[in-house]
Amino acid sequence: MAATLFNQNKHLKTVNMFRNSFKLFGNQIRNLSTQTRQALEQAVKEDPVVLFMKGTPNQPMCGFSLRSIQVLSLENVATDKLATYNVLSNEELRDGIKEFSDWPTIPQLYINGEFVGGCDILMSLHKSGELHKMLKEINALAPTKPEGDVAN
Amino acid sequence: MVNAQQLELLIQSKLQPTHVEIQDLSGGCGQNFVVVIVSPLFEGKTTLARHRFVNHELEEIVKQVHAFTQKCYTPAQWESMKNN
Repeated sequence: MAATLFNQNKHLKTVNMFRNSFKLFGNQIRNLSTQTRQALEQAVKEDPVVLFMKGTPNQPMCGFSLRSIQVLSLENVATDKLATYNVLSNEELRDGIKEFSDWPTIPQLYINGEFVGGCDILMSLHKSGELHKMLKEINALAPTKPEGDVAN
Repeated sequence: MVNAQQLELLIQSKLQPTHVEIQDLSGGCGQNFVVVIVSPLFEGKTTLARHRFVNHELEEIVKQVHAFTQKCYTPAQWESMKNN
């Protein structure tokens, strides 16, 4: 179910975006390049909910990324509010996001341009109901659920 | 390669823990750890701030492993969890 919930176009877009910046700067750049930083800044602000993960929603390549996708699916995040980026598709993205967020691991969740945390934090916010509140506040939840009764 | 003992030593030296639990779920390859850390240093910090703090203090090890799951509690939180 989670699989069909999310659109895939964003992946292609980002891959291209990062390929371009990679081409420009080549391999000499050790620290986060301005180009990459700008691309990341844009990426986290462009969509209300942004997940950097290993693999894609249809095919997560790591248990932690899988769990994060499942949580977002359980929360019923609206398709058009979520963008996911596959860090395995690009080395510069993979290293860049760690430095950008000052967070050493993947997945990483952003809500409204703000870094929220990794898988552990995502799970605990889900359990406590805080994640639901945060998503609701920014109108990132799908409007209706067939069951009707979404917990408040 | 990282082992649980190295990780525990590092936690002991950096985080003033009153209690540490380490699980090595990697089956020996040193890539997947779950840790519980109880420390007064977490007092007054949000979960995100606690995790950031731990990630920084344990940077040399976190960088090397594939998976690092942390649960950070203050001594008071830990006591009340034990009693429930």
